[in-house]
Amino acid sequence: MSTLGFAILCHTALGRVAQLARHLAERDCPVVIHVDAKVPDREVAALKATLAENWNVRFSPRFRCDWGTWSLVAATNAATTLLLREFANVRHVYLASGSCLPLKPVEELRAFLDAHPRRDFIESVTTEEVDWTVGGLAEERFHLRFPFSWKSQRGLFDRSVEIQRRLGLRRRLPEGIEPHLGSQWWCLTRQTLSAIQQDPRRAEFDRYFRHVWIPDESYYQTLARRYATDVESRSLTLSKFDHQGKPHVFYDDHLALLQRSDCWFARKFWPRADRLYDTFLAASPGPPRPAQPSRIDQVFDRARERRVRGRAGLYMSGRFPSPQIEAGRTAAPYTVCHGFDAVFPGFTDWLSRQTGLPVHGHLFAPDAVEFADGATVVEGNLTDSAVLRDYNPERFLTNLVWATRGRHLVFQHGPSDRQSAVPFMAYDPHAAAWIVTGAWAVPLFHSNRDFADIRREAAILQRIESQMLDQVRAPFARATTQIWTLAEFLAHPMEHLQRVVDQIAGPAAPRVAEVPRMPDLTGLQKFVQNLKNQGMNPFLVGELPEEGDGRADTPARTRPYLVQ
Amino acid sequence: MGAIERYGLRLERKRYLVRAWRKARELELVVDRTFTIREDDVICALVLRDEKLRLPFLLEYYRKLGVGHFLIVDNGSTDGGREFLADQPDCSVWLTETSYKRARFGMDWINGLLGRYGHGHWCLTIDADEFLVYPFCDTRPLPALTYWLENASVRALGTMVLDMYPRGPVGETRYSAGENPFATASWFDSGNYTISRNWKYGNLWIQGGPRARTFFADAPAEAPALNKIPLVKWHKRYAYVSSTHMLLPRGLNLVFDESGGEKASGVLMHAKFLGQFRSKAEEEILRREHYAGSREYEAYARGIGESPDLWTRFSERYRDWRQLEILGLMSKGNWA
Repeated sequence: MSTLGFAILCHTALGRVAQLARHLAERDCPVVIHVDAKVPDREVAALKATLAENWNVRFSPRFRCDWGTWSLVAATNAATTLLLREFANVRHVYLASGSCLPLKPVEELRAFLDAHPRRDFIESVTTEEVDWTVGGLAEERFHLRFPFSWKSQRGLFDRSVEIQRRLGLRRRLPEGIEPHLGSQWWCLTRQTLSAIQQDPRRAEFDRYFRHVWIPDESYYQTLARRYATDVESRSLTLSKFDHQGKPHVFYDDHLALLQRSDCWFARKFWPRADRLYDTFLAASPGPPRPAQPSRIDQVFDRARERRVRGRAGLYMSGRFPSPQIEAGRTAAPYTVCHGFDAVFPGFTDWLSRQTGLPVHGHLFAPDAVEFADGATVVEGNLTDSAVLRDYNPERFLTNLVWATRGRHLVFQHGPSDRQSAVPFMAYDPHAAAWIVTGAWAVPLFHSNRDFADIRREAAILQRIESQMLDQVRAPFARATTQIWTLAEFLAHPMEHLQRVVDQIAGPAAPRVAEVPRMPDLTGLQKFVQNLKNQGMNPFLVGELPEEGDGRADTPARTRPYLVQ
Repeated sequence: MGAIERYGLRLERKRYLVRAWRKARELELVVDRTFTIREDDVICALVLRDEKLRLPFLLEYYRKLGVGHFLIVDNGSTDGGREFLADQPDCSVWLTETSYKRARFGMDWINGLLGRYGHGHWCLTIDADEFLVYPFCDTRPLPALTYWLENASVRALGTMVLDMYPRGPVGETRYSAGENPFATASWFDSGNYTISRNWKYGNLWIQGGPRARTFFADAPAEAPALNKIPLVKWHKRYAYVSSTHMLLPRGLNLVFDESGGEKASGVLMHAKFLGQFRSKAEEEILRREHYAGSREYEAYARGIGESPDLWTRFSERYRDWRQLEILGLMSKGNWA
């Protein structure tokens, strides 16, 4: 006669339940099955007929079971009481569900339990130690009342919890009870289980637990602590839960993972996972494999991470973070160089040589996207069409960062570009913006156009640029920005350029050896002064130092490392 | 969203349900095998016209994925497709010669059939050139997916339409019955999709891909929508609004996560750009039965004439669902 008996709770896929029960019964393990009262009688009759030949299978009185309610404890109680009464030799009772499967031969489990005849295997931890509870309710499960269903009356459920919290309502715990929580699936000794069932105060405990939330995760877990002499706080059943507390489902392609588990049983299985059922209910399952339980954890931990946090910078049919969410707006850090190429005509190529990266031109230029090396199409099949880009500039940027992730994105920017993506970039912690304000003065200075046109254009560019500055300086802006006026920048250009290169290429960046070509800026100060004299104050240019009368000693000239 | 707008959507949904009921009278039964639908069958619904060439592969593909029954509206095929379908053991077929356009591009017929036969089932609504790919679809059939969705209290699966094209001129490819269309049309755009949100119905609005960059480069707002919600645990009070882009009640459109996480989603591989594409486009322009005055087909006919090749050196070649997952075109979500 077997020393190990099973209580099985089920409500669906009764064909699989029959298979499991027969497998266990044929291996000399008595089985008591509880079928949910919601299951139609004819299905139960068919199940009973299938198992009629197995003398050691019994059916316990049926309860109508609803998730998270006392009914599950009542059903468990009925099944285990029957098991202990009918099969006097049973020493360990294993509680399983109809969607469980043994991962290892039952004979091995029995031998394992024979080696620990007085030990109870039940996950049982105090409320302070758990981190997996649904809805964040751990300790409060024991102190509040739960008149509404969490599944079908969520609004009322939440409100009633809120009101009780606010009023400070607390139920009194029965004396001698220390709340513990743990997996619903356990394996208890006859001694412990019968002590729980025959306790003279049982009626009092039952009355209390009837109104605890999800009592199937706390009733036995708490009461076992009162009587057990040797509790091993772990479940022998592998069961993985998602972030909402719903059990993960195992499929045929999990076979290799499950074979490396260190648990004896697992749940829950897709009822049509034929390969798993065939393998684990086979007469002789294959040779044992070295246990690597961490691999299973890894797979499901990654799933949780993906569901809760997702891949930064990805916008797709299953992920569309609302605009208020600032973390993970883009996939990777990127750098915006504002105004540099107005000062140095060959800046883009120069920066590309210094950093060893493709450096894009003005991605937001009005006529066409200026990809590096004049490409018309890049990764992800993003094209240089300005119309397509302007249709959704933010997505254009996030797509480009996503498509070229793994390679630092660098591009030029200026006040003549489309500014529509600026607010998005300003709030993106991944954006690093190096800004030289008033740099537009240099090409205007060289343009040799009618001065009235120049003045008008300078005013427009300055207005656009100062709006941009307002956005990057806004209190909640998250981009890393460094802002110089043209005058400040020209005072120490190499120092500043080195910082830009360092930021893009990382700390291992080489010292800048080659200098970008600088145009002749003789007379720039005078030009700026003329703008001022004509009523347009180019304040974003800054205060350029006085030049001598026509003498060629601009600050740029006096620095030996600036080549013309 | 205020109470008035919500009530407006409710009325809109009721209007669709009434239309569905009214338009159901246009459908003439060809063969009814709906009595063979089992309780837990996944049902596939589609409207088609002159697609006989594609049908063998289509049925084979979805049978292999575990579809239990097909509900098909034949909009006046003349190529013998209806007779072919009527012989299939798992198809129920209706015929209508009335206007596709005036049945809200077939959606009235679909809403009617789903309401009648799809209630309580997982229903997959597709076009004859759309092939669903979802995480683990090589090892787990549709019932495995729907079991998990149900277990996780999810009512609908979001997808994106992925336009597949051949390398080289579209017109030069040939397709014959039973062939896998993606053997030739095996390339796609991996990352040029624009997404925004439609606040009225709460769904995402995705555009982009090869069609946007070639045929609609001067008018991207008119590029076809690529967001679809084809797989839904149907209830007779539900209604598709416009194609399968969105549904009512609008909670069903929330198939994406708004706080940064990823919900499980799939891809509808679109076998539109095959050899017969050009003649199809020309015919559809004449019929004027498609969305927005067949504008889309006109753009194609223009485009196919001028620049017949959709392929670039940054096109990706389709391997398997894992590739689409890594590229970020779909997600496993928390399905592991």
